[in-house]
Amino acid sequence: MEVFLVSLLNGLVYGMLLFMLASGLTLILSMMGVLNFAHASAYMLGAYFAFTISQHIGFWPALVVAPLLCGAIGAAIEMYGLRRVHRNGHIAELLFTFGLALIIEKVVQMTWGLIPVPYRIPAGLDFPLFTVYGTYFPAYRAFMLLISALMFGAIWLGLTRTRIGLVIQAALHHPEMVGALGHNVPRVFTTVFAAGTALAGLAGVIGGNYQVTEPAMAFTMGPIVFVVVVFGGLGSLTGCFIASLLMGLIQTFAVVLDYSMADLLRWFGLTVTSATPFHEVLMVPLPRIGALLPYVLLVLILVFKPRGLMGTRDT
Amino acid sequence: MAMRILARVAGVVLLACMALAGPATAQDTIKIAYTDPLSGPFAQVGDANLKQMQYILDYINSKGGALGKKFELVPFDNKSQPSDALIALKSATDQNMPFILQCSGSNIAAALIEAVDKHNSRNPESRIIYVNCGAVATELTNEKCSFWHFRFDAHVAMKAEVMARALPKDVTKVYLLNQDYLFGQSVQRDVKAFLAKLRPDVQVVGDELIPLGKIKDFAPYITKIKASGAQVLITGNWGPDMNLLIKAGIDAGIDLRYYTLYAHIAGGAVAIGPGGDGKVRSVMSFNENVAPEIGNAEAEAWTKAFRDKYPFDFYAAGFRTIFEYLQEATNKAGSVDPVKIAFALEGLKHKDFLGYDTVMRKDDHQLISEYFVGTFKKGVKYDSEKTGLGWGTEATILAKDLEQPTSCKMTRPTVN
Repeated sequence: MEVFLVSLLNGLVYGMLLFMLASGLTLILSMMGVLNFAHASAYMLGAYFAFTISQHIGFWPALVVAPLLCGAIGAAIEMYGLRRVHRNGHIAELLFTFGLALIIEKVVQMTWGLIPVPYRIPAGLDFPLFTVYGTYFPAYRAFMLLISALMFGAIWLGLTRTRIGLVIQAALHHPEMVGALGHNVPRVFTTVFAAGTALAGLAGVIGGNYQVTEPAMAFTMGPIVFVVVVFGGLGSLTGCFIASLLMGLIQTFAVVLDYSMADLLRWFGLTVTSATPFHEVLMVPLPRIGALLPYVLLVLILVFKPRGLMGTRDT
Repeated sequence: MAMRILARVAGVVLLACMALAGPATAQDTIKIAYTDPLSGPFAQVGDANLKQMQYILDYINSKGGALGKKFELVPFDNKSQPSDALIALKSATDQNMPFILQCSGSNIAAALIEAVDKHNSRNPESRIIYVNCGAVATELTNEKCSFWHFRFDAHVAMKAEVMARALPKDVTKVYLLNQDYLFGQSVQRDVKAFLAKLRPDVQVVGDELIPLGKIKDFAPYITKIKASGAQVLITGNWGPDMNLLIKAGIDAGIDLRYYTLYAHIAGGAVAIGPGGDGKVRSVMSFNENVAPEIGNAEAEAWTKAFRDKYPFDFYAAGFRTIFEYLQEATNKAGSVDPVKIAFALEGLKHKDFLGYDTVMRKDDHQLISEYFVGTFKKGVKYDSEKTGLGWGTEATILAKDLEQPTSCKMTRPTVN
């Protein structure tokens, strides 16, 4: 019970962090069709900006300023880079963002150095909120849950209940028509890209001190975020939300469940010994392949349900 | 489609890197190829090593280098990949460099030993010595030993013995967590062996291997460790795998002590933070507080000069011993012929800059030197990574107490 409850909380926090990152990417991918490889780089930039800003004017202003900075960078990338590259098709866009991710990583390394920066949790949130069977649940994790829940609500309301949300959705399917009605479609795309990047920046601000702020953080977060987006399905914020929580919980519980395929087979009356064929594979405990499980799910969903969990369009 | 293009892009980037890697320079220096991860998740370790080696080499060169020549370090990024390390080896031998230096990754070390062996037997005109500054899987100077391989860091079994000896008497339950590759498995096996031998009262309540450099959140592992009732966590993790693990443990506030092999290197202190006061121990060849603790003013001044110049800790000052050995052996050999230098290195004895006796053991080419157990705590003279806390020495184990038998049977080249 103890392990279950603590793991549930851990999984929830990690899942919500994933959601903050993935929601921005899913917005960009489903609205603009751009597979943005530089998305996790915006997450990293958010963390580094927040670190630098919090040294001067504190964490709380950084919580606002750093995502705005990331958003501004995103807007610039869209206006001066992506828009031109867009004419040459999706492959060009993909390569463009891939190159961008490498450049940002190098720039970060040159600016802040290769070793982690001491980006710490603000003193006001650095206390255990409550104790679960002797394990602290830090207040900061609760704060992360709160921010990401607020964000989910805000995006959902913004997209479905506001005028600009409706324009964005319309611009996706019929850009010419929306343009003919007098809306500035390129500006809508810029707004979406900037908002997506700012969301990643926000995830970086609160994820950077929860994990460690270092130049490799984009590289380690990147692949899993793509899994979440594809698994959740294109164009579905709810799908993305469910997929994030699922991935968070799967990875957390995979660690604490010390079972292997052999244990599963034992249920069916089959005993695996060292003489059984493939016994090495069958006896690998779940924790050792835990990090692999999301990718297994990715492959499975692409085979059996290519649109993802709640997707409305093909990947 | 996308993946294929990605693969092509990666290929082009690789070619560009190779083209940039080895510009030929004048032959009046003694070149040391250095290959380690200088990009990717473990880059911080390689980069910090490089800067520290450069500082040490500048000092060695200011003391005359060897044979009137200066040593020159030529870095090659291997991205933690054995295949890239072999490309570096090829460049080094093409340019007739007498030494190749590598620290991170026992899997890479194993590949290098094999490749150097082959190369040296096939190309007697461009032989090379492999100087190992930190790949510590025990078998590298035992079953896999080679005449051309000299290891200057204590191997896992030696470190495991130090750890088992340093474990306080009240500890009866330990948890092992290591990285799933040659080195981590070596830690797992050797720590268990030494615990069984030296501390039969200690029970291993958990024994886990994690994928190298893949875990982003260690909180689930901490939950599991707590549930096991362990008092001490023993880990050989390094890089982000170490930093994130300890950070998660400190954040969860569980009552646990950490016995590590690499908490003292790049990024460790920041990850532990003030919350880890007195909880984390590391088995190390050096820390900045050793010199003031033993009252060696000269060594202290030398390490402090690095501290004033660079924004990170001088944890690899022990590498000075490596370069002093190379300097002495080259001078003794009277030439930069790798065969002669290798023979000169065998059995060479040297007092290191802290004043302790060390020896390059002839039987297996394993350096036997002193080793320390440090505790991360408040109130030390030199703090670590500006955290206000630093490494204080808890125990010093002298070289003579660290001699372990070896199973190495190496073949030596015939000299004519």
